[in-house]
Amino acid sequence: MSLRPDLAVIAANVAPGSRVLDIGCGDGELMAALRDKKGVDARGLELDADDVASAVARGLSVVQGDADTDLAGYPDNSFDYAILSQTLQTTRAPDVVLEHLLRIGRHAFVSFPNFAHWRVRASLLWGGRMPVTRLLPVAWYATPNIHHVTIDDFRALLKERGITVEGAWFLSGDQRTSATMANLLAEHAVFLLRR
Amino acid sequence: MTDDQRFGLSRHVTLPGPLRLDGGVLLSPVDIAYETYGTLAPDGSNAILICHALTGDQYVASDHPITGKPGWWTRMVGPGKPIDPARHFIVCANVLGSCMGSSGPATVNPATGQPWAMSFPVITVRDMVRAQAMLLDHLGVGTVTLVGGSMGGMQALSWAATFPDRVTKAVVIASTARHTAQNIAFHEVGRQAIMADPNWRGGDYYGEGDPPAAGLAVARMAAHITYLSEAGLTEKFGRRLQAREAKSFGFDADFQVESYLRHQGLSFTDRFDANSYLYITRAMDYFDLAEEHGGLLANAFKGSRTRFALVSFDTDWLYPTPESRAIVHALNAAGAAVSFVELSSPFGHDAFLLDAPELNRVVDGFLRAAL
Repeated sequence: MSLRPDLAVIAANVAPGSRVLDIGCGDGELMAALRDKKGVDARGLELDADDVASAVARGLSVVQGDADTDLAGYPDNSFDYAILSQTLQTTRAPDVVLEHLLRIGRHAFVSFPNFAHWRVRASLLWGGRMPVTRLLPVAWYATPNIHHVTIDDFRALLKERGITVEGAWFLSGDQRTSATMANLLAEHAVFLLRR
Repeated sequence: MTDDQRFGLSRHVTLPGPLRLDGGVLLSPVDIAYETYGTLAPDGSNAILICHALTGDQYVASDHPITGKPGWWTRMVGPGKPIDPARHFIVCANVLGSCMGSSGPATVNPATGQPWAMSFPVITVRDMVRAQAMLLDHLGVGTVTLVGGSMGGMQALSWAATFPDRVTKAVVIASTARHTAQNIAFHEVGRQAIMADPNWRGGDYYGEGDPPAAGLAVARMAAHITYLSEAGLTEKFGRRLQAREAKSFGFDADFQVESYLRHQGLSFTDRFDANSYLYITRAMDYFDLAEEHGGLLANAFKGSRTRFALVSFDTDWLYPTPESRAIVHALNAAGAAVSFVELSSPFGHDAFLLDAPELNRVVDGFLRAAL
């Protein structure tokens, strides 16, 4: 079983034996991989009850909860890494969630779909329609993505909040792409951050 | 092991004690009625202690001796179920203060030769847990997995806080770390109903052959409402009339829901002791795990290596989801390994006793997972 590309990037860069909180962990695919391959002590937070049940059934410690409301209950520096994959753009207050990640974890991985990818731009510019693409597969009225963000937007927020970038990876499809013109060419970004 | 009289159905043991109760009294001896299912593994790793709720008993997966009904949790415990005697060594004991064979107000005080009645010492959930620990010592069980719903969940939490090195996993279903004012209020209605029954006689009714059944039935009726959901009651009964075409303009059980509640109240009195109801509801009302640990719930689980799984139900208004969440937050703050899920069910608090495939899936996965 191979991990989703952004998860594979995260899995490859988490230190063995570390403590990880995976926020929006789904059915625990990444957590299970980290536990089995890297001896990571992984905990999860997930909104969907079915996913939580699946994760618990594979022996993972996952709490049903909402990144917007339940991160406040986690103590400072209680994890080596806080991971938020493909979830930032679905939160009500992404900046607050980001601050929580960097409070709870010594490092934070954040991955999100880049809304400035050329396909998205083309859809808006030439089609005049909200994009429905591989990474944004749902129509505007049904999408869980309520805070669309671009790579440049995200970098601007990091700068404004004084957050340090320790690593950045850019993906197009299943392939890594270069940092050059990532805001145009990357479908998908993964950042490793610290305070 | 099959010849060992300690193991099997309808077991009873008198332990010398003494058991030092939270109220300061030394209880001795301590009678415990219990059942075991399955065989303890040579390394002792497969023991599960199931803790029952307020009016439950040790007959978790065998027929009840009074009602003849199947065990109260056969949906969870039995061959092919998440808790399976083929894989697990299962213990379920009647709690201290109850009336199915363990020491309680209805048992005889050896000092007087009379039933304890209201001279039985007031007990706490932690006292129940300490008595269970004495039983496990007697059975040769060291570390154990705790599973309980409602008051059983309180015991599981209390176990993890009181004997942290002994509890490997704890499953806490539809439960709470403390009784709220509303919880206490409903219990007080029940206790006052019992005490207002002239047959209660200050608790000394055992020789009279005429127990305070009316009061106990009302107590059960009031409590039973808290176990169901408004939607569940509406679906099951609505405003339908009971075996009649029109309202009687009297005070018979015109409505089906009235008839149902009266039946629930009355049948309960056949199998339960009114004084036990007073003592156990008191123990639940006194339960506040944070209070026992300097006011901070997280302190109850500091350094805990127990793995916890909590489950709540969305229509449970007796111990609603925020109560479970408070426990989860405390466990997170303590750095303990915790899973939590709120399941959907129309059946309110009682959902954990009913057909709940998702509950079984979660419990099964959690119990199977390696430590």
